[in-house]
Amino acid sequence: MELNMNDKNKLKIGDRKFTNRLFTGTGKFSSKELIPKMLKASQSEMITVALRRVDESSQTENILQYIPDDVQLLPNTSGARTAKEAVRIAKIAREAGCGNFVKIEVINDQKWLMPDNEETLKATKRLAEDGFTVLPYVSPDLVLAKKLEKAGAAAVMPLGSPIGSHQGIQTEKMIEMLIEVCHVPVIVDAGIGRPSHAAQAMEMGADAVLVNTAISAAANPPRIARAFKQAVEAGRTAYLEKMGEKQKYASASSPLTGFITNN
Amino acid sequence: MSFVEKCNQIQNFNIQDYLAGVSEHDVENILKKNKLDETDFLYLLSPAAENYLEEMAQKAHNLTNQWFGKTIQLYMPLYISNYCQNQCRYCGFNQKNKIKRRKLSLKEIEKEARIIADKGIRHVVVLTGESRKHTPLSYLQEAIRISKKYFASVCLEIFPLKTEEYRKLNQSGADCLTVYQEVYDRKIYRELHPSGPKRNYEFRLDTPERAARAGFRAVNIGTLFGLANVEKEAYLSGLHAHYLENNYLDCEISLSIPRLNDHEGDFTSEHNLSDKKFVQILLAYRLFLPKVGINISTRESANFRNNLLKLGVTKMSAGSRTEVGGYQKDNKTSGQFDISDRRSVKSVVNMIKKSGYQPVFKNWEQV
Repeated sequence: MELNMNDKNKLKIGDRKFTNRLFTGTGKFSSKELIPKMLKASQSEMITVALRRVDESSQTENILQYIPDDVQLLPNTSGARTAKEAVRIAKIAREAGCGNFVKIEVINDQKWLMPDNEETLKATKRLAEDGFTVLPYVSPDLVLAKKLEKAGAAAVMPLGSPIGSHQGIQTEKMIEMLIEVCHVPVIVDAGIGRPSHAAQAMEMGADAVLVNTAISAAANPPRIARAFKQAVEAGRTAYLEKMGEKQKYASASSPLTGFITNN
Repeated sequence: MSFVEKCNQIQNFNIQDYLAGVSEHDVENILKKNKLDETDFLYLLSPAAENYLEEMAQKAHNLTNQWFGKTIQLYMPLYISNYCQNQCRYCGFNQKNKIKRRKLSLKEIEKEARIIADKGIRHVVVLTGESRKHTPLSYLQEAIRISKKYFASVCLEIFPLKTEEYRKLNQSGADCLTVYQEVYDRKIYRELHPSGPKRNYEFRLDTPERAARAGFRAVNIGTLFGLANVEKEAYLSGLHAHYLENNYLDCEISLSIPRLNDHEGDFTSEHNLSDKKFVQILLAYRLFLPKVGINISTRESANFRNNLLKLGVTKMSAGSRTEVGGYQKDNKTSGQFDISDRRSVKSVVNMIKKSGYQPVFKNWEQV
């Protein structure tokens, strides 16, 4: 969990500070022209792009042309099945001018797209040593998260439920542990299907959320992007006001030990 | 249990009688479910389900949007040889057909690849007939190497190989394999493949698994509709995809729905697939297998493809030629099958955009 008490409203990842805690993605839009519109509506400051979908040979089809310069690019290693492939993809992205940030996705399961935590840890270590700002996408596991931290991850990205499933924060208890003990930011990624899911993650104390399909596959992506922005802000405010804690540790209305006197 | 065993168990199943017993009430119950099992899928192929195509279409549309977004992956075929030892009775490349036989030189492959790549296409399918003599492994490796200069993804649609051979081709740069069983009905399979290596039903049925084990990241399967009982073929294809999806988690599975077209042989179909049944099968595939890719080629007409776009399709070819050397002006052979949708890539791209979908040219990077 982020412990920057001087500037609670800014989130620092690597060398960059973010005001907006909604991160977005470029996949599954019905047209690429919707991407800048969505970014404007959500004011998202970081967007993830699968390197395998970047086509530099094309003038009109290159997705990078649709992302404004002031938005942080987060290339991801989607398509990688091993740590070795993820490392290769990250390096290709950096050479292609996509910057130092990388979201590691190592997936060997095409059915639920569950991340391979073991390979992800290996890739994180290698890329962090190589100077990347590494954001690994993982199944929420406390022991792994601490290992990722030690390996140099700039944040951890636990999944709420499988990618694209819109099932919300099914891994709540597991993510809570990460939020409680991680020193790097915890960004809930995957499974967030509605603004209320995003608000829930933020109320729990997540530092940010990443939402892609719920926005890109919506009938009106810019409008839904704005709704997510509002939900993230509301959840963050509730967290800062310690509303989550009040819910968890509410005082009983009828004390059980009232009968005890000093005599 | 391997899929061969499962497939064998279903060979004698009287699907027609079974499907006749499915009621509209059964179908309505299935449409309320979020997750379908094999029996649900079978019920969706029934005559009773024909009355629920609109409901099925709405569900299929939403599921596809959730898992794939409004996107269509584009690809083009590149025929490099039509030499063939097989005598598939429905195929234009049948060994007995008196057609001009040709195999592209490496220089010619490069020429064709350049023409395709100039249209913006980044995913290609390389095709041959079955002839180890004319198109040996070394030739295929060279063809892949040349294709990789122009394409991000190279899919193979060639004759079945051994796992070790697939591994070599995967290392040369091929990442995807298309192999159609053609017909799952064993008895009809034997009748339609009177000679040649393709006569081995089980070796063919196991092909997608060998490719997956050899490291191919994607496998595309299907039956050729028109050769045997439509519902049974659809059922077995769906079960096959489901089996692969569950047993080869690291492999992306997709289904094609080819139906017999005019060709150079003498085969006439007794099992016609109507447009309506085609749509029903497509929708049943999608509802049963939400995450499996569905591929529609230019065998289908422009108008039909335009309308299928929103029903669950995720991949389309465009501007295809099925002749060896088909993209160049001279020296073409005759095609493997007839193309119905003759529109250019540009025109198909415009249609996709106009329908509110994103044409995807590149979705893969080999590292």
